[in-house]
Amino acid sequence: MTNTTNPTAATVKPSFAPDTGVLRTMRKLHLPQKLRNRELALLLFACAINSVAILLVQLGATGAIDLNLLYLGAGLSVLVIGLHICLRYVAPRADPLLLPIATVLNGLGIAMIYRIDLAKSLSGWAAASTRQITWSAVAILAAIVVILVIRNYRVLFRYTYVFGALAFVLLLLPLVPGLGREVSGARVWISLGGFGSFQPGEIAKIALAVFFAGYLVRTRDSLSMVGKKFLGVRFPRLRDLGPILVVWALSMLIIVFQHDMGTALLYFGLFTVMLYIATGRLSWILIGFGLFGTGAFFAAQTLTYVQGRFQNWLDAFSPAVYDATGGSYQLVQGIFGLAQGGLIGTGLGQGRPQLTPLSQSDYIIASLGEELGLAGLFAILGLYLLFVSRGLRIGFAGQDDFGKLFAIGLAFTVALQVFIMVGGVTRVIPLTGLTTPFLAAGGSSLVANWIIVALLLRVSDSVKTGPASEVSA
Amino acid sequence: MNRELRRVSIVVLAMFAALFLSTTVIQVAQADALRLDSRNTRALYDSYDTERGPILAGGTVIAQSVPTGDQYAFQRQYPQGELYAPVTGYFNPTQGSAGIERYMNDYLSGTSNSQFLDTINRIIAGQAPKGAAVEVTIDPVVQQVAFDALGDRQGGVVAIEPSTGRILAMVSTPTYDPNVLASHDSQAVIDEYKALQADDLKPLSNRATSGDMNPPGSSFKIIVAAAALASGKYTADSEFPNPVSLQLPGSSSEVFNWTRAACGPGETVTLREALRQSCNVPMAELAIQLGDDAIREQAEKFGFNSEVSVPFPAGKSIYPSGLDDAKTGLTGFGQYEVRTTPLQMAMTSAAIGNDGELMAPTLVDRVTGRNLEVLSSFEPEVMAETLDEESCVELTQMMVNSVSDGQSNGARIEGVDVAGKTGTAQNGTDEPYSLWFTGFAPAENPEVAVAVVVENDGNLGHHSSGNIVAAPIAKKVIEAVLNK
Repeated sequence: MTNTTNPTAATVKPSFAPDTGVLRTMRKLHLPQKLRNRELALLLFACAINSVAILLVQLGATGAIDLNLLYLGAGLSVLVIGLHICLRYVAPRADPLLLPIATVLNGLGIAMIYRIDLAKSLSGWAAASTRQITWSAVAILAAIVVILVIRNYRVLFRYTYVFGALAFVLLLLPLVPGLGREVSGARVWISLGGFGSFQPGEIAKIALAVFFAGYLVRTRDSLSMVGKKFLGVRFPRLRDLGPILVVWALSMLIIVFQHDMGTALLYFGLFTVMLYIATGRLSWILIGFGLFGTGAFFAAQTLTYVQGRFQNWLDAFSPAVYDATGGSYQLVQGIFGLAQGGLIGTGLGQGRPQLTPLSQSDYIIASLGEELGLAGLFAILGLYLLFVSRGLRIGFAGQDDFGKLFAIGLAFTVALQVFIMVGGVTRVIPLTGLTTPFLAAGGSSLVANWIIVALLLRVSDSVKTGPASEVSA
Repeated sequence: MNRELRRVSIVVLAMFAALFLSTTVIQVAQADALRLDSRNTRALYDSYDTERGPILAGGTVIAQSVPTGDQYAFQRQYPQGELYAPVTGYFNPTQGSAGIERYMNDYLSGTSNSQFLDTINRIIAGQAPKGAAVEVTIDPVVQQVAFDALGDRQGGVVAIEPSTGRILAMVSTPTYDPNVLASHDSQAVIDEYKALQADDLKPLSNRATSGDMNPPGSSFKIIVAAAALASGKYTADSEFPNPVSLQLPGSSSEVFNWTRAACGPGETVTLREALRQSCNVPMAELAIQLGDDAIREQAEKFGFNSEVSVPFPAGKSIYPSGLDDAKTGLTGFGQYEVRTTPLQMAMTSAAIGNDGELMAPTLVDRVTGRNLEVLSSFEPEVMAETLDEESCVELTQMMVNSVSDGQSNGARIEGVDVAGKTGTAQNGTDEPYSLWFTGFAPAENPEVAVAVVVENDGNLGHHSSGNIVAAPIAKKVIEAVLNK
């Protein structure tokens, strides 16, 4: 709109000048309108799917309809539509698919958690579904706050090192005596008094994404340009190895002290990939894999819990491993559940996902696979893939390196988390404790992932500046 | 930067491809094998949730599932108690099963291949899983008569429809109450099972089809006679020397007739007369002349030395091999190591009565699905051609004589020609006898073939005989069929 008051144009064609301005403004307003309308339609569809899922769970498991849960679900629908309305005002060009995908995944997770609560005859605050709904509300509100407060994501770049320090503190919190809590061997929780517990590592991954992106944008030149060539691959100078060694050491500390292989793999994988994209140097990937592989190898040799995870993975069905304490019982039960589901599943509310331990959290994907079948799992994995690809697309279309790296980092954490969890449950890799984004029971994970949604929405809004980039929508 | 991003995108795609593959492998490729894993309790719980189909005998419910509140969802009940125990067996969700319950489990539990489409329909219609109903061939009236006739004796009865092989009655006593073994109290069931196993009267064994088999004694003479007629070298009028006793070749033992006298006044005795009076000496002579191979061949045509399924496997009756003349002589009147079951002897009578055509015996008449559609129905099936028609007529006539005015007259029925043969088998010195009757009626066009065994002298001591104890039981069973 900078050229609407061109004095020469005004004198030559005085009657047309305002018209062009209006037309341009109209076009700019019209296209985002289209994006948001599309988002609204998909969002309503997502809410409809979620309501039907809850109804089917009730009919399948109890044969009766209990409206209370539907009211709570409707409350969440109101919140996501609230987020949608915010987007219309503060981020009208944001990607229209992210929000509906997150909504439907969150809803399916609630339906499955609720289904297992029914099987265990839990209700009220004892029921994980009630807590999950509450946390979903908190998470969506957090996303609204993020989208309203952070109007320009480049602000984050300014606080690169603050976020780095924040991530570090968050990671260390569970180790603080009196604050940290140990759950099934992993010390990754902090107590929130009466309100349960929180996994600060989930929030830390966002802070780390900011930090990595900011740091790499600042230092990428020295990390990518200098170094000796060896076997056709240019390797970095020794002193440039500093950052990757620090992150590696951090990951190893998490493995040793917090007993959390999944988180370590997530952070390290995230850093390595961002490093590679920032520098374009394959050697970083090789170094990263080498470091992590060596670390994991030694961990497997010395730490019994890591050893156990590998054994459960490789030899899950052997009776000795199956019957061992901390053995493959859970994993095999999850696989039995998946097998029971088969191609089309038992139907919501009609399987027995509750037979698998941790069926609401670590094994939520096995629970969904049992009742929705392979068809349902393909749909869920497809949704994740779409979500991640939208994130990567924002990276492609990004205007500045920080924005690109940041969006890719966020999208990649989701992809990596899905791979680590679903791959762990289906024996592609050893199972490690992480959360399946949006689906698994757990408040911190929900809050973190909804903030990721908000941040991706924010970045995508900024990259779509002209009509040319609308093609990608 | 975009080049690297493209590569990372490919890696992400590969990661998801691995997940699509791994879920497909588990949920499709390995699913069936995983469902069969003994540690997979889901399949087990599924079987609990299925309302097992009932077992019916001519409209009488002999096994059914009723809903319970416990984790097994249904309790199996046997309204007729021990009367049908040898037929139904029992079903316990955790402790195993037996009988029809075990061998028709696919249908009863709704997992047979022919019920696959039904399962799909059920899922679409939202109906609860339900197994198919199995209708057995047992006639409840005949079953009850046979059970009552045996009373508190140890023994077994089988009645067969000769033209089809349908089993009309199958009784074994003493037996057990399947309701006790179907209980969901596992420990009680295990205790009860152990007690039944330890019981000297062996209530768990099915004396009608298997169990500790008995020597057939003189009832085996019809098979020796059949072998003789089949050889073409003998007729009912073939004559044999008639001494008081027979020194067995190469042996110190002597064979006597049960009367300890010669078989009638003559120097010689006919086959007809030997059978009518149930003489051992001429039958031993005949057996030695025929040789064990010829007798075994005939016995195997009737079903000896092979297993038959009804559909649960019946015990294999035995005619031993590699016999010398002395032992062959003993088998001529069903002693030495010949062992058999009422089912086998009923099959033998049925074949003779059915012009030599042995029909495969079966208990299963029909299997019907939830909407009463027939999933499987019984078709009569020829199991073997045992004897030519002419010989059958001749043998039948001899068996009729044996009942009408011979040693098997305990089964005589006014106005009906009953063909039959008794047996009083020794189990060794001082051991109680096994008492037999097998036969069919009416002789011309038989509606029923029956075999009865009563162990332990029929609780009467050594003065009992097949004719005193077993023949009257058979008579009641035959009357029950003919009076219908």
